[in-house]
Amino acid sequence: MNTNLYNYLLGIADNSLILGQRLGELCGHGPSLETDIALTNISLDLFGQVRSYYQYAAKVVGDNRDEDTIAMMRPEREYVSVLLVEQPNTDFGYVIARQFLFDVYHYMFLTELQSSKDETLAAIAKKSIKEVSYHVRFSSDWIKRLGDGTEESHKRIQNAINDLWTYTDELFHQTEADKEMINEGVGVDTSKLKEQYYKHVSEVLNEATLVVPDLKYFQKGGKQGVHTEHMGYILAELQYMQRAYPNMSW
Amino acid sequence: MKKEWPLWEVFVRSKNGLEHRHFGSLHAADAEMALENARDVYTRRNEGVSIWVVESKNITASNPEHNAELFEPAQDKVYRHPTFYDLPDEIKHM
Repeated sequence: MNTNLYNYLLGIADNSLILGQRLGELCGHGPSLETDIALTNISLDLFGQVRSYYQYAAKVVGDNRDEDTIAMMRPEREYVSVLLVEQPNTDFGYVIARQFLFDVYHYMFLTELQSSKDETLAAIAKKSIKEVSYHVRFSSDWIKRLGDGTEESHKRIQNAINDLWTYTDELFHQTEADKEMINEGVGVDTSKLKEQYYKHVSEVLNEATLVVPDLKYFQKGGKQGVHTEHMGYILAELQYMQRAYPNMSW
Repeated sequence: MKKEWPLWEVFVRSKNGLEHRHFGSLHAADAEMALENARDVYTRRNEGVSIWVVESKNITASNPEHNAELFEPAQDKVYRHPTFYDLPDEIKHM
């Protein structure tokens, strides 16, 4: 089996799986009916996308593991999602800040992935990018509304941006599998996206009258499977059904 | 929410060539948000190709109390319906 490709696929899919799960927690708990539906729509978009990646990963491993086993049955240390996506839904500001900081990266990443030498990956990217364009639009709009809104909304979204900023650098870290895949023309060289990412994010924050945090030290670990204390709880909920009723189906 | 967002009426064109039809209403802070909300609330199952939103307060509605004078006089005037023609069988959808 192509271990590098398998790990590379998990690196992409796990981000969307964990973020999708976080957004799913908001089902019935969104601040208004309209935002509730919007956020859970985004969650479903992400779950749809990860299915394609995990199905492909199952093909790559070529044993008895299927998309569900790969998505649901790994121990925490084997999830390689970035720390950003597992951060909690502290308030609507955090939900939007986390979404925005991820969406901008996600959009840029998929744009490049469309020209991957791996045809399956290129096809998934092409299909997903339409959904993700809307995600960026939704979260960027909300950043501006909250930042340039009331005193309270400005304070909260600025807090959330300040707190989550420390997780942004990890988006651009590269694992061994990432480097191998980049060399083969399959993976996206994220180091080339970093400057553009911070430039774009800063522009939106400025437009939202928000301050771009000035930070020298960043958190990392998720890509190596070393997660924050939040991850265990997410997985407990995510994996409960598969673990309680192995091989269940609807 | 102490201050409710204003109410908007949503009209969706489900296919090119068809007219926009009233789908329902939702809350939004402004027109742009109303469009995005409408997209999420009403077109997530592939229902539309175009959306209109209009703030509900801009719609002037007839008063149900006046229904008698507005609509009942038309009820006994069947001759206003073009139902007294013989249609050739070839014409469908009439």
